[in-house]
Amino acid sequence: MNIRRLFLISIPYLWLLALFLVPFLIVMKISLSDLAIAIPPYTPTLSLSDGWQGIKGFWAALDIENYIFLTEDNLYWKAYLSSFKIALVSTALTLLVGYPIAYGMANASPEWRPTLMMLVILPFWTSFLIRVYAWMGILSKQGFLNQFLLWSGIIDDPLVILNTNTAVYIGIVYTYVPFMILPIYATLEKMDASLIEAAIDLGCSRLKAFWLVTIPLSKSGIIAGCFLVFIPALGEFVIPSLLGGSRTLMIGKVLWEEFFSNRDWPVASAVAVILLLLLVIPIILFQRNEQKQREAEQ
Amino acid sequence: MRSKWGSVVVPDQAIGGFMQQDDTSNEFSPWNDPTQTPLIEFKGVTKRFGEFTAIDNIDLKIYEKEFFALLGPSGCGKTTLMRMLAGFESSTAGVITLEGQDVAPLPPNKRAVNMMFQSYALFPHLTVAENIAFGLKRSDMPKSEIAGRVDEMLALVQLSTFAARKPHQISGGQRQRVALARSLAKAPKLLLLDEPLGALDKKLRQETQFELMDIQEKTGTTFVIVTHDQEEAMTVASRVAVMNHGQLIQVNTPDRIYETPNSTYVADFIGEVNLIKGKVTPLNDDIVEIHWAEGEQPLAGRSSETLAKGNDVTFAIRPEKVAISKERPDKAANMVQGEIIDIAYLGNLSTYYVKISTGQTIKAQAANNRRISRRSYTWEDPVWLSWTDTAGIVLTR
Repeated sequence: MNIRRLFLISIPYLWLLALFLVPFLIVMKISLSDLAIAIPPYTPTLSLSDGWQGIKGFWAALDIENYIFLTEDNLYWKAYLSSFKIALVSTALTLLVGYPIAYGMANASPEWRPTLMMLVILPFWTSFLIRVYAWMGILSKQGFLNQFLLWSGIIDDPLVILNTNTAVYIGIVYTYVPFMILPIYATLEKMDASLIEAAIDLGCSRLKAFWLVTIPLSKSGIIAGCFLVFIPALGEFVIPSLLGGSRTLMIGKVLWEEFFSNRDWPVASAVAVILLLLLVIPIILFQRNEQKQREAEQ
Repeated sequence: MRSKWGSVVVPDQAIGGFMQQDDTSNEFSPWNDPTQTPLIEFKGVTKRFGEFTAIDNIDLKIYEKEFFALLGPSGCGKTTLMRMLAGFESSTAGVITLEGQDVAPLPPNKRAVNMMFQSYALFPHLTVAENIAFGLKRSDMPKSEIAGRVDEMLALVQLSTFAARKPHQISGGQRQRVALARSLAKAPKLLLLDEPLGALDKKLRQETQFELMDIQEKTGTTFVIVTHDQEEAMTVASRVAVMNHGQLIQVNTPDRIYETPNSTYVADFIGEVNLIKGKVTPLNDDIVEIHWAEGEQPLAGRSSETLAKGNDVTFAIRPEKVAISKERPDKAANMVQGEIIDIAYLGNLSTYYVKISTGQTIKAQAANNRRISRRSYTWEDPVWLSWTDTAGIVLTR
């Protein structure tokens, strides 16, 4: 019995160990190494053929100078800060777009709900990269949006949207809105409709009832949705590099450039480790929210 | 004021717990007083949902301080009627007035009407006290008075020690009382209760019925309760409206509804009844004879209606008004002979199913005032059933 339980529990732990902890430790180790013109492009590398002396030398060669470098060049903290800002703004925008959609779905007649749910999930059936490229076609100077606006006479000169932060926001909102909709929809859908009637009966206007009852009761869904958008948006790389301009500064992009353009694996690894540590905070908050909600439901 | 509730349980009721009002002169009966103006009046009210007619041309007056029950099977329109009073549905035709004012232009949040929901609809994110204060905060009551009013309501439903709990931390019965306190907090002119006791178990339901009556009397609020449970309606209400297919079949006090139903539908819906079809011959005064089977003595009964000879009627008699005996009764207005085919033992009562010569089964009920082993009758015993000429009622529809 106990062995069976131990076995069952050990599977997810082994999974995490192999696919998260070991890679993380490797990245961690690289971040403590020095740049070298070699394959792989860093030193020291651990070779067990030198025996005990080799291991000792390996440890002695590790240092935190890459982390110190991150604090010296203001590119990095600016990139972190800018990513944080972009992630925050796009999470707020996603909430503004996603909440009404979730609300509409939850209030649709039951036979429509599976269809609406399908429509929300449908974009996932095509490649993410293709969808982002499609936005380039829409937002570019000669793109569909500008052509339509020019044709309808709303504007006289084409708008410059592509390669700006606006395009990044549009891309992030578009990509992550299902992650906002689904948890909010889940909380709204199981809400008792008579609660709103009760609030109105007790003297609330419809709007006030929404504010005092619907919003607080969907709070856990809002929080879950915000974290599900904020966490990946913070490290987002594809959207800013395809839709953003040269002035869009995001840590994911810096990381990519450090790895592939600069070939400075140790600094890139240091950037990645810091990013992970920064993400741990919202992830812990997210977990706590989930836990609290589970406890409230019992 | 309402008359005192009688404390005598009518001994031979098919429905347990049924209480009867005193027949004293100071009885609460504004519906019999033409000088009284009703609190609520329905005038030719109809409600249609597409092709379906939920409420069919209803006229109804409900008076202040009444405890009015809307009783009927599911889908009879009772909930729609209540939701129209609350303002959640509007009428297709006709007028509803509250204190003489047409309520149609008033949205639900502007009506002096509150509702206690079937699911209680307590706000799960607010404490018991905050739930009760919810309506008060939306009213023009000064902030300083709200806490006092909340305490008063908590005391009324005996939940003062639970003020800080969330709804999921209290029991079902307590939740029901919080819902009641919340809907009464704004002192509405009219309180609507949608199946208020439906979620409680039987024992708790019976206790709560009396509590509800007590609170209604204390606060002097007019209550309209929707229920499908006839026992509940009979226990709590000053008047009961029996509904079917969107129409009011009969509106009267519980005892009148039980004793003098106006139709076979009401007679059958409320309690148990024996229904015997036949043709009528009027005799002197209001006594009529009902010819119900070839070669059988006609049944004697009373009817307040003037009936023509040969009219089709249904004779309705409650099982507890049918006496059962081994010997032929000396003098009884009506008697039939039969054989016991079944006995339903209910503890305090037994219902005897007696098959008579025509093949019909008549139910007779008797109190079990002796231990079951010493019961006088058993299966397949030949017995006589008898009743007086005033025991039954002649129904024409």
